[in-house]
This record gives sequence, structure tokens and C-alpha cells, in this order.
Amino acid sequence: MNQRFQVVQPGSAEASGASAPATPKNLPNRGGETNPSAGALQQRFGGAVKRVDVVWGETTVYIDGASALEVITWLKDDPGQQYDYLSDVTAVEYREAEAPIEVVWHLRSLPFRRFLRVKAQIPKGQPLEVDSVWPIFKSADWLERECYDMFGIKFRGHPDLRRILMWEQYKEGFPLRKDFPLRGRFSRSEQLRQALAQNPEAKYSMEELTIADAFEDLPESMRERLKSGERTGE
Amino acid sequence: MAKRTVEVELSTTGLDAQGRAQRMPLSAIDDSGSAVAVAAPPSIEPELVGEHMLINIGPQHPATHGVLRLVLELDGETVVRCIPHLGYLHCGFEKSGEYRQYNQIVCWTDREDYLNSIGNNVAFALGAERLFGIEITERCKVLRVIAAELSRIISHLVWLGTTCIDIGAFTPFLWAFQQREKVYLLLEKWVGARLTTSATRVGGMAADIPSGWMEELRHFIKSFPHTIDEIDRMLTRNAIWVGRTVGLGVMTPEEATNWGLSGPMIRASGVAYDVRKDFPYLDYETYDFEVPVGTNGDVYDRFLVRMEELRQSTRILQQAADRLPDGPVNIDDPRVILPPKSKATSEMESMIHHFKVVMEGPRPPIGESYVAVESPKGEKGYYMVSDGTAKPVRWRIRPPSFVNLSAIPKMVEGHLLSDVIAINASIDIVMGEIDR
Repeated sequence: MNQRFQVVQPGSAEASGASAPATPKNLPNRGGETNPSAGALQQRFGGAVKRVDVVWGETTVYIDGASALEVITWLKDDPGQQYDYLSDVTAVEYREAEAPIEVVWHLRSLPFRRFLRVKAQIPKGQPLEVDSVWPIFKSADWLERECYDMFGIKFRGHPDLRRILMWEQYKEGFPLRKDFPLRGRFSRSEQLRQALAQNPEAKYSMEELTIADAFEDLPESMRERLKSGERTGE
Repeated sequence: MAKRTVEVELSTTGLDAQGRAQRMPLSAIDDSGSAVAVAAPPSIEPELVGEHMLINIGPQHPATHGVLRLVLELDGETVVRCIPHLGYLHCGFEKSGEYRQYNQIVCWTDREDYLNSIGNNVAFALGAERLFGIEITERCKVLRVIAAELSRIISHLVWLGTTCIDIGAFTPFLWAFQQREKVYLLLEKWVGARLTTSATRVGGMAADIPSGWMEELRHFIKSFPHTIDEIDRMLTRNAIWVGRTVGLGVMTPEEATNWGLSGPMIRASGVAYDVRKDFPYLDYETYDFEVPVGTNGDVYDRFLVRMEELRQSTRILQQAADRLPDGPVNIDDPRVILPPKSKATSEMESMIHHFKVVMEGPRPPIGESYVAVESPKGEKGYYMVSDGTAKPVRWRIRPPSFVNLSAIPKMVEGHLLSDVIAINASIDIVMGEIDR
């Protein structure tokens, strides 16, 4: 079983004359060196790429939310891009009430040692939905769940979009939204009342309880709820 | 008293004749020399075959390194399915950050990955400084490198000690924690706190190092490799250690990249991705150090990678100590840096600056920045968005342990229940960072 892996060196796809990576210095606020992938994206997708911004040396590509999965799949698979590492999925809501909510993907290309930020803007009033990138990046699993948990953004195609940091019965909404007050939506007494009223059985998700033969040992009322397909969450 | 020599048979399971670690499959060799899979022993209670059991590890369990809860579906002792539950430590760091000035957020960064507090301070300050467009002084850069590497040493030592305890060895824990105490004493002399350091400010550090501190650091750099050697001698070729770690939780290079692993986790899988080398910061490209890479992607390789990183961190510390330049630590910009206290109480302008920096806070231009550093756990990123006010619109932590832990169902499924503990330990999680 001496199946040793071939060591993968980042920067392997760079041209031989490429300079070694160095600490960025004296970055301009706007309009620094643009990541070449931004130009390639504009060429490939045209209208789906709305704007390219360079802030503090980091390139941001604003794309149409509907084509997010298509764009990111191309970035991953195209041999000239090879963005094979998804660092982060998150969202930004601005303080101005009418500013759109942004979904942000931070992508890295290890072979080219590039960094690219992809953003999709969802105007207020429209359903908060984008395609999940879970089919191509498994790292998106929990990151998208967290983003859903905190902002309420639904990732279409995610296999298990449940709350992750808040508990599944959490009813106060989405904590990182700007209309969510810092102290929580409910008063302390209401929070305490809900905590005391919690059902200890609900500490397992319904899905987990049905897998075990412990099912027969459950209280009658719970078995009925499980059979009727009720979920503990939401 | 006559000297007594004990012959030790080295070629136990997991070691070859030269005493090197050997990968042992769950198979045997038949007479022709080809491998055959070992058949499962006959079931003692046939009526129980196929019955699955639900078992709950945590949230309060010493081997879950905090308050992680794993729901495991077991077939006998084999894990069929693993469902992690988290959030027990969630306290809304990112939400609170939106109501704080940048220098006030530094205190929050101590408390997320609390084994790497000063490293987080450095990472956060770097992110904020890119947002402000600040270039820090040379002395500050070197001091931050020293801080980051010291904190990497602390974090890896805690990982080493607790993993040893999880797997059943107690002595290395004591050796590791002795050395960790020395680093904490150094930090205490520098910033006045051991765990919650809050050592950085936007544009500089809270304090310069006191006189005589460098001698103590040099003494530590000299004495520390001795402990690594001791732990190395005790564990690396230890048959029990090798038997408990080899071949567990394997991630291939493609899987590791796709699951977004970082730090020692991805490097043990054979991807030489180190933020310090590939996306450098703090002039790391000018330091001479190696990136250890594993080739098997199992728990044992993660251990080897972290052991070597301890040595490499000592190398970087040595170089940083040799090159530490004189000069100011903080930048000369009264809009972000507090004036000296003596001036603030005697000069009108300094007092106004002091008042403005404390009451209004430094204000960055409109923009955003994502700065990632190589924390002991992996790629730690701070993403900040500013709308021109003194408080960020969004402060996002990219937690390396969170993404690393998301691969645990993939890693434990098919292994034994007791191996879940070893695999979970090898991820090096800190729940404070995962739940935030």
C-alpha cells in the first residue's frame, strides 16, 4: 500500500520567467494591476460580467447572480485559469437600506498563484437565491450553510442547507442582516422562555433519529411526528 | 552496579528493519507474496449483524477539544456515518465587529483562536492596514514575524500535547507545556498578557519589546530544539504511536484542495500550499525556511509536518532576531496612531489627536480587503468592507479550523470509533474559532 502522493507545487502552471511571489507594497487604492482572469472572464462571458474593480490590488469581478455557478465552474476547469481552491463564501449587506446584498466568493488558483474575488449582487426585494457551488467545491458545504444561517441566502442545489452555528429551532431570523438588532430580536425573558420550552428530543435532528433502531425507543408522540415527516428545524 | 542492556525488537508492526515507519494495510501476505484482504472475524451474535447504533460524542467530551458534538452511526465499531453539530460557542464576533472601531476589534481576535491569539492580532492588523493603505515600519514587520512564529510554536505545542493525551501518551504533554509556558512568559513580558494579548494596533504595535527581551528570546531559540528532539525520539518511531496514526483519515491532494483544507492538513496531503510562500506578507519571502510536505495524507503525516514546522519556526525566529532593526515601531501618522501619553497631556495638538483617535476612531477610505495569513491551523483570512466610517460594514473571519473540520465526515467514515478521536485530534480544531 505504498501509495504515496505526488507532491503538488503551487505555481506549477506559471511561466518559467515569472517572478517569485513577494509581499505587496505601496498598493494603490483604486486601479492597480488587474488580475488577467478578469479580462478572460469578460471575453468569455460578456454580459454576465458586469464590472471589474481593483481595490487595494485585489481584483473583484461583479457577475450576474444567475450565472454564478457557470462562471465559477469555468474558472475552475479552464486550463488558463485553474481556480482550484475556494477560500471563502460569504455575503455583505450594506448599511444603506436600498443597497443590494452581495454574495462573495474568494477563489485562489494554486497553479497560477492568483487570487480573485467574485461577487454577485442581489437587489433588495428579490428572493435571496444563488446557485450553490457545492457540486464543484466540497469546501462550499459548510461555508454556504453558514452564509444561509447568517444571511438567509438560499443556495440552490446545496444538498443539506440547514442552520449550522445557530440551532435548528432558532426563530429570530438571520443574525448578520442589518435589520437584526445587536441584542437579538426577542427580549431576554422571551429568549429564556423559549429555551425552557425546548424539547430535549430535538437535540437530534429528525434525520439522525430515523437511522437508528433507537427509533422504537422514542416516545410515542415523537414517533408520530417523525412518521408524518415533520422536521425539527425552521 | 553493572550496566544492563535490554535488546529491543524494533521490527514490530508498523516499523521496517531500519526502524522507519512503515505503512501497514489491513491485509496479509499469502505464500506467493501477494496481498490478500483480511477477512472479518465471524460474528459472535449473528442476530445483531446489520443493526446500526447511534452514538453521541460530545459536546462535553475532553477529546473533542472544546464543544464539538459528533453524532456517529456505527456498524459494530465501524463508523458508517458522522454528522457534526457545532455552534455551542457561537457569540456573534462578526456581528459585534460591525459595532466596533478597528482597534477595538483587535480584542475580539484574541478570543476566537485562543491558542494563536497574537498571531490573530497580527493577521487582523495586516488586513486593516491594507484597508487603510498603511505601510508599516521595518521594525514592526520583524516584531510581527516574531509574534506570529511564537504563536505558531504555542499552538503546535498545545496540539502535540493534547493529541498525545487523546492517543494515550502523557509524557510529551508535560514537555510541550513546559516549553509553552516559556513562550507565554516571553509574551507576558512583552505585552503584559499571556492569552488575550491584543498586541497590535492599526499602524503598529501596542508596545515595543522591553530591554533584555531579545536575550531571553535567543535563549529560548537555543533551548527549544532540544525539546522537539526529545518528543521526536519519543514518538516518531514509537510502535504504538505509528500504529495508532498511520493510514487514518487519508485525504488525497485533489480531495484536500477540493475540500478547502489548509495549513498542515493540506500539506500532509502533498500540496505544498503555504500562504507565507505563495501569497507572502510581512516580507516572508526574504526569510529562509522550508515548507514540510507529507506524501500520505494521514494522521501520521500531519504529525510529521507539524513537528517539522516547529523546527522551521525556530529558524525563522533566529533570522528575525538577527535582523531586528532599530527605529520606531509605529508609523508616524497622528490620524491612526495615538500620541505618547506625555504629549497628550501637555500639547494642544496631541491632545486633539488623542481625542479624535479615541472618540471617533481612525477612518479608512471606502473599499474592501481580504488578507490571509498562514495561521498554525491554516489559511486564516480577514475580509473587511468599509463604507468610509470608523466601523466596518462587514468583518468576516475565514476560519481555517471550520473548513478543515467540514471534511471530518469524509475522513472518519469507514474507520473505527477509537480512530475518530485520533483523526479529530489531527485536524487541530479550536472551537472558539469555528463557532465565533
